[in-house]
Amino acid sequence: MAKKAVTPTRMVLNQLKVRLKTAIRGHKLLKDKRDELMRQFMDVVRKNKVLRTRVEEGLTEAFGALTVAGAVMSPEMLGQALMYPRQSVSLDMSFKNIMSVNVPQYTFSTSAADPADIYPYGFTQTSGELDKAMQSLSRVFEDMLELAQVEKTMQLLAEEIERTRRRVNALEYVMIPEMQENIKYISMKLAENENSTKVRLMKVKDMVLKEAIEERRAREGRITENLG
Amino acid sequence: MYKIAVIGGPDSVIGFRALGLDAYPVSSSHEAKQTLREITKPSNDPYVIIYLEETLAEPILDDIKKYNELPTPAIILIPGRDGPIGIGQNALQQAVEKAVGTNIL
Repeated sequence: MAKKAVTPTRMVLNQLKVRLKTAIRGHKLLKDKRDELMRQFMDVVRKNKVLRTRVEEGLTEAFGALTVAGAVMSPEMLGQALMYPRQSVSLDMSFKNIMSVNVPQYTFSTSAADPADIYPYGFTQTSGELDKAMQSLSRVFEDMLELAQVEKTMQLLAEEIERTRRRVNALEYVMIPEMQENIKYISMKLAENENSTKVRLMKVKDMVLKEAIEERRAREGRITENLG
Repeated sequence: MYKIAVIGGPDSVIGFRALGLDAYPVSSSHEAKQTLREITKPSNDPYVIIYLEETLAEPILDDIKKYNELPTPAIILIPGRDGPIGIGQNALQQAVEKAVGTNIL
């Protein structure tokens, strides 16, 4: 690992220690977040799978019925019958917060309360097959709406999980080891400095002592000379 | 109040129009892409859910992916008249792969 240049001082060491503590705490929190997101995600995925199959089956059925209706009636008549909707769908959206991911929640209401009101045409000139097609289409529509909600939730969660996982890994495998290494480097460097200072001091002390002793000896020598 | 759009072949969207959704009949992927861009413009009244026919979506999946990380709109692939061709299911697999790292389904 390429080591960043750090100045081996006590101040930097203290700063690094604080940062390491924060990083470890953040790592733990993010890991928890990732695990919880994953749990929620798996629920959503399971739900999505069921819904998707149901919608695909429902739509195939509805389109099949529509094809039959198209075969029985002339295309112009079919187009005319379905041209102007009798019913309108109004959709309300709110957001739900899952582990700080905002996922949409849809609620819809139809303008026509009576389920029989879905047919936007008179019954005299249309075939019964068309009624059936419309019926299955409106039935599958509810599932489609739920599918939209679940699928969007799934996509948003997947996105967030990926991001969180990257962060967890970056902290775990890059940031934290790097900081630990730097801390080790600084404390070793500091200890080394301390040692060399100590040795230097001892050396100086030796030198001073030696000088003092020699001076003393010289003095004593002079005194004996004078006396003798 | 929010709106729902359906983009698909003319034969497919006709039924949805009767249900009260906004239908955009298109005949090619290129057209679908343009329509998609048009109706998701912020200046227009935005759609929160857009159903898109799988067969049309296949060549423009990259454009659709852009919307995946935005909270709105939700672009949901639905099978066309010829039945499901698996692209909608694929979206699920991709999401799982993205989140988990491997396909665990």
